[in-house]
Amino acid sequence: MDKQAGASALSPLELGRWAWRRLTSMRTALILLFLLAMAAIPGSLIPQQAVSPSEVFAFREANPTLGEWYDRLGLFTVYTSVWFGAVYVLLMLSLVGCIIPRTRQYWRSFRAQPPPAPRNLARLPEHRTWSSAAAVDDLAADAERALRRSRFRVRRYADDSGRVVLAAERGRYREAGNLVFHLSVLVVLAGVAYGALFGFKGGAYLAEGQGFSNTLTQYDEFKPGALYDIDDLVPFSLTLEQFEATYEMGDEQRGAARSFDATLNYLTEPGAEPRSKALAVNQPLEIGGTSVFLVGNGYAPEVTVRDGNGDVAFSGPVPFLPQDSSNTSFGVVKVPDAQPTQIGFEGFFLPTFAITPERGPHSTFPDALRPALVLTGFTGDLGMDDGRPQSVYVLDKDGLTQLEEDGEPFRLLLEPGQTKQLPGGAGSVTFAGLNRAVQLQVSHTPGKTVALAGVLLGLAGMVTSLYIRPRRTWVRVAGAGPDGRTVVEAAGLDRVSGGDLASGLDDLVAAIGRPAKDQPEQEESS
Amino acid sequence: MTMTEWGSLSNLAFASATVVYVLALVAHVAEWAFARQVEPPVERRRELVGAGAAVPPSPDVTAPPAEPRFEVVGRIGLSLTGLAFVIHLVGVVARAAAAERVPWGNMFEFNTTGALAVTGAYLVAVRLFKLRWLGLLVTAFVAVVLAASMLVPALYVAPGPLVPALHSYWLVIHVAAAAVAGGAFAVGAFVSVLYLVRERAERGGALGGVVGRMPAAAFLDRVAFRVHAFAFPLWTFGVLVAGPIWAEHAWGRYWGWDPKEVWAFITWVVYAAYLHARATAGWQGRKAAYLALAAFLTFLFNYVGINLFASGLHSYGGVG
Repeated sequence: MDKQAGASALSPLELGRWAWRRLTSMRTALILLFLLAMAAIPGSLIPQQAVSPSEVFAFREANPTLGEWYDRLGLFTVYTSVWFGAVYVLLMLSLVGCIIPRTRQYWRSFRAQPPPAPRNLARLPEHRTWSSAAAVDDLAADAERALRRSRFRVRRYADDSGRVVLAAERGRYREAGNLVFHLSVLVVLAGVAYGALFGFKGGAYLAEGQGFSNTLTQYDEFKPGALYDIDDLVPFSLTLEQFEATYEMGDEQRGAARSFDATLNYLTEPGAEPRSKALAVNQPLEIGGTSVFLVGNGYAPEVTVRDGNGDVAFSGPVPFLPQDSSNTSFGVVKVPDAQPTQIGFEGFFLPTFAITPERGPHSTFPDALRPALVLTGFTGDLGMDDGRPQSVYVLDKDGLTQLEEDGEPFRLLLEPGQTKQLPGGAGSVTFAGLNRAVQLQVSHTPGKTVALAGVLLGLAGMVTSLYIRPRRTWVRVAGAGPDGRTVVEAAGLDRVSGGDLASGLDDLVAAIGRPAKDQPEQEESS
Repeated sequence: MTMTEWGSLSNLAFASATVVYVLALVAHVAEWAFARQVEPPVERRRELVGAGAAVPPSPDVTAPPAEPRFEVVGRIGLSLTGLAFVIHLVGVVARAAAAERVPWGNMFEFNTTGALAVTGAYLVAVRLFKLRWLGLLVTAFVAVVLAASMLVPALYVAPGPLVPALHSYWLVIHVAAAAVAGGAFAVGAFVSVLYLVRERAERGGALGGVVGRMPAAAFLDRVAFRVHAFAFPLWTFGVLVAGPIWAEHAWGRYWGWDPKEVWAFITWVVYAAYLHARATAGWQGRKAAYLALAAFLTFLFNYVGINLFASGLHSYGGVG
């Protein structure tokens, strides 16, 4: 074909075909596998929004310009980015393009009989020939029995020269395993996609004694799948009765967590019989397809705030979120009902209080050995009255004035049971008591059984395709020669590498009745 | 015995095992050194070690003297490795007794168990494929891992209870599968190294000395494939079945792109590429062997790099 004419005359259809063939070639699949591996790397080195939002935030604060570029390139959301998606979509296309024709071909070959013997068996990778005094039919019967015992499919026929031929084949399930494995990748993806679309994941931080009912407003955060219907939330409710944590007190690995145990009371639906559940890290609670996991824990100090008028303006547990392994916890107290002005506090709860000039107040042990609250106060408009939703963990300081004492920011240090007055008669704060709190994750992930079934199917297919070795074997028995002896030929061909064809053939030869100690092989004329 | 006594026994066993591994290493170094001096037999050696083809040595081979020295020290090396394996195993079991749980809760325990898995995989490979030539690489690797775990303060963790996330029988399943797969991956990588060395010599026609005594490249290639074909499904089970099921129980999601998960996935993808490469024209042989090595590097990075440098849910290595 004329080169130039070929280049210009490539119709869209031809171009499409060419592209499809390219995409579905094994070489391309290999390259795509590499690209997928490479594309996954940045997500393990750069903090990911979905895994650790706080680290992403800190990174952006520390490197504003770089952070902006990372944002543009999707490097904080690698696994949902366009480029990562492009690689795996191409890989999936390549995979589909590979398995469809192969399935068709396999279907045809699966039903086909073992192919007839090549004319010259001596050309095959392994070949044995010898002569025997036994009858043709006996030899053929021996061979057939031996082959079937080794799980060969055997076809017996007489060739043009009247010789008896056994054509045998085994291992045709290898390709089936191969196809199942590749198909299973699609099954897994379907299961994962289904879960992502129709599931949800939410979080709630709950102090001892507090309740949670499974409605949208009770969540601190809620991430529904694109097709999740909020009305499908299972109407259960639960109360955290108690939470106990123990930590390593010895010198070795001091402060390492040893046990987290929560006790819940729950109702599967309004009016149902209350039940109790011991919730622990590896023991989630399952209610109608929704799971409740214990994913974290911390503290919720009981705080009472009296305003300038001496009235109790706030009283209750306040969630403080742990920031480090010693549970130095950050939290905010908002008192919108305080008169004459609203009051807000932010600061730390320290389960084991310590203070150094370098670090300031901090906690040195995760358990509540010497609990203390360290707060700074603000007065003014908390911005809660215009209806905009606010995080309970953030104090919006626009329009707030920091409380000061002697020209310095005022700092409260409270131990349990203590009450301290605010400067300027703004009121008082009491650290009334201490509750533990748990971080619960509530989620519904449909399709996870599909994904699991897919992986198991893939594993079965993989093992099949790795361990079954297709092999073809032929045995040819000629009629008695002039010396009255029968010439037998056996030959084999492995269709994948890694098998031990030679000893397989030797076993067969021995079964056909060739004496173990024979005279050196000599090629009979064929 | 008290827990402390079990702990001391465990450490004593690890230290002794390290010493015996080093002795085995010395024996294997001597094996290579002696093999270098001896003239290779006249006939091509590959026939003796073909894929079980059991071709008898041709009668015209000049009968070598009773037993070459490299053969003797090589077998001494192998016996020492077997002894070291037993002592090493005692160390791991005593560690379990000291901590009253499976000894797979922190980096030190992963190191000691992982190294045991490597030796175990090697001993099985020797039995199945007569691959004593791996001895040098394996004993060097295991001795270094054990010694570093004992001596580098940042890597040593005294026995103690587990963090809550590890209170699950999936710990046993997940870590056992990953450790055995890891041991086999290591042996697969070492076989691939031998393959590359031997293949290079075969191409250059320089089959003297040590390389001349190694099994034929084609045989090494087949063994490398078999070892990987054993390890890969196990790895798949460990990190893509047991891992996600456990993650679902413990963390509320079966897959969350935690750094460890990312690299387990990358490792899986590169090993999958290796297996595909072997079935692809133009990628067999050397390229596939390099792929196997690249895959083992991703495995090592996931094990060492991610445990030490990345923070994630898997960072209960207890190191630092």
